[in-house]
Amino acid sequence: MTGMVALYIFMLAAFTGYEVISRVPVILHTPLMSGSNFVHGIVLVGAMVALGAARTPLEKVIGVIGVLLAAGNAVGGYVVTERMLEMFKASGARRKPPGTH
Amino acid sequence: MPADSAALIIQGSYFLTAVLFIIGLKRMSSPVSARSGILWAGAGMLVATLVTFLYPGLSNYTLILPAMLVGAALAWWSGKRVAMTDMPQMIALYNGMGGGAAAAIAAVELYGGDAQGYAGSALAVAGGLIGAVSFAGSAIAFGKLQGLIKRSLRFRGQQILNLLLLLAALGCGTVLAAHLDASPALVSALFVLALVLGLTMTLPIGGADMPVVISLYNALTGLAVGFEGFVLNNAAMIIAGTVVGSAGTLLTQLMARAMNRSLGNVLFSGFGDTGAAATGTVSGSLKPIDAADVGVMMAFAQKVIIVPGYGMAVAQAQHKIWELCQLLIERGVTVRFAIHPVAGRMPGHMNVLLAEAGVPYDLIADLEEINAEFETADVALIIGANDVVNPVARTDKSSPIYGMPILNADKAKNVIVIKRGQGAGFSGIENALFYLDNTRMLYGDAQKVAAELIQAVKAVG
Repeated sequence: MTGMVALYIFMLAAFTGYEVISRVPVILHTPLMSGSNFVHGIVLVGAMVALGAARTPLEKVIGVIGVLLAAGNAVGGYVVTERMLEMFKASGARRKPPGTH
Repeated sequence: MPADSAALIIQGSYFLTAVLFIIGLKRMSSPVSARSGILWAGAGMLVATLVTFLYPGLSNYTLILPAMLVGAALAWWSGKRVAMTDMPQMIALYNGMGGGAAAAIAAVELYGGDAQGYAGSALAVAGGLIGAVSFAGSAIAFGKLQGLIKRSLRFRGQQILNLLLLLAALGCGTVLAAHLDASPALVSALFVLALVLGLTMTLPIGGADMPVVISLYNALTGLAVGFEGFVLNNAAMIIAGTVVGSAGTLLTQLMARAMNRSLGNVLFSGFGDTGAAATGTVSGSLKPIDAADVGVMMAFAQKVIIVPGYGMAVAQAQHKIWELCQLLIERGVTVRFAIHPVAGRMPGHMNVLLAEAGVPYDLIADLEEINAEFETADVALIIGANDVVNPVARTDKSSPIYGMPILNADKAKNVIVIKRGQGAGFSGIENALFYLDNTRMLYGDAQKVAAELIQAVKAVG
């Protein structure tokens, strides 16, 4: 990938992110922040590659920390987002709150 | 497997991942499809992670797998366990971990001297710097929301210190990026400076501004991941990181605008615990009331507007409140929920909780929709909300929250405030609403009080 192509990818991705979010209702701000928090968990693949190429003990230690943190970002981000979005059920499928009649 | 076909599979899978992420985020931006959005994005993550094991020349599997499993297990366990009310700080925590991972990648590249050319090392430095700031800052944000850090540390010359730290870090980074010196000591200095900067930047920011700060760090982590993607020549990281970087920036702006504050204001003005000075301007007294009286008042009201806040979240009162509302609706009372954009600790926080309790969307109104309706409401029931209904924001130019759009609950005929104690709100500012002639205070835990109100309304028959 040449520098110029990378720059184009960067530019297009930036506009994509802006477009995807620009008309989002307030009720989804928190889930969406959580969802985008999950998406940058992709740092996991980078951390895997960095640790996979680590040679010295120092690099290995930092690499292990990186993979550990990145896995936490990805998995934690997923679990929290899923739990939040779980509540956005269609109105027909709503469970009744306890104690109603 | 030959290296060529492995590379092809990896590149194709990363492309697929990028597509799945974008579809996932798009679906998450509409309430109807939001739930499937995370599944799409999750599938993308799974594909990318699995295929990365095929990476040509990848070694240290015995380190990668345990580190991955431990990190994933801890996050899974904590994410499943955490209460809905504590979600904001968990987002801060996981976001900080992502920033730390980006910084770790940069550290491995810089210590090992692997970054290619000037552009490669400059991006590694930039991503590492941003990632480390986000890591330390998010950790502080987590500590503050979790209640581990109670005070906002402020001292004279703090902004100057931050500026000096930033300049020093940029100085180290420039030397590294220009390949003038690549000594491990300099790399270490860069990261130490960035971590300290993250701490000192976030410590003075008051709790009320934390949502905006977390959103900002979320965007920064995205950017850092994108930069490290360039260094590693990894398209999936570039696209995902950049999309989050720009989406997060926009989200941060939307949140700051909802609070009528600029980002610079949030980061550099340090407000949150400074309200002590404003207490003198409030006159009148706090007038308590019984749940039984409030029950009768609401049972015979035409229209009741509920204003939920963080107090409702803390007490987990949303189910009881909805039960109460259903009783009132059965009696023919018009009930509406008024949600301030920054009620709770994050925009949309209250909506999530009300959705959990099963409140239909059409009963929930946002600030612009509902504000004119308060004048026609018989009762405005404030449940653990404070700053978002403080009329001082309209009247007192000296108040730190002056100019913030608020819910005009004070315009209702009767205002009932459910509140745990007599303390000030999260911003530390005394609330003039509580002292108004038409306001009554109903002290107690929101869930218990709601249960008492249910009994009181039932007793009316």
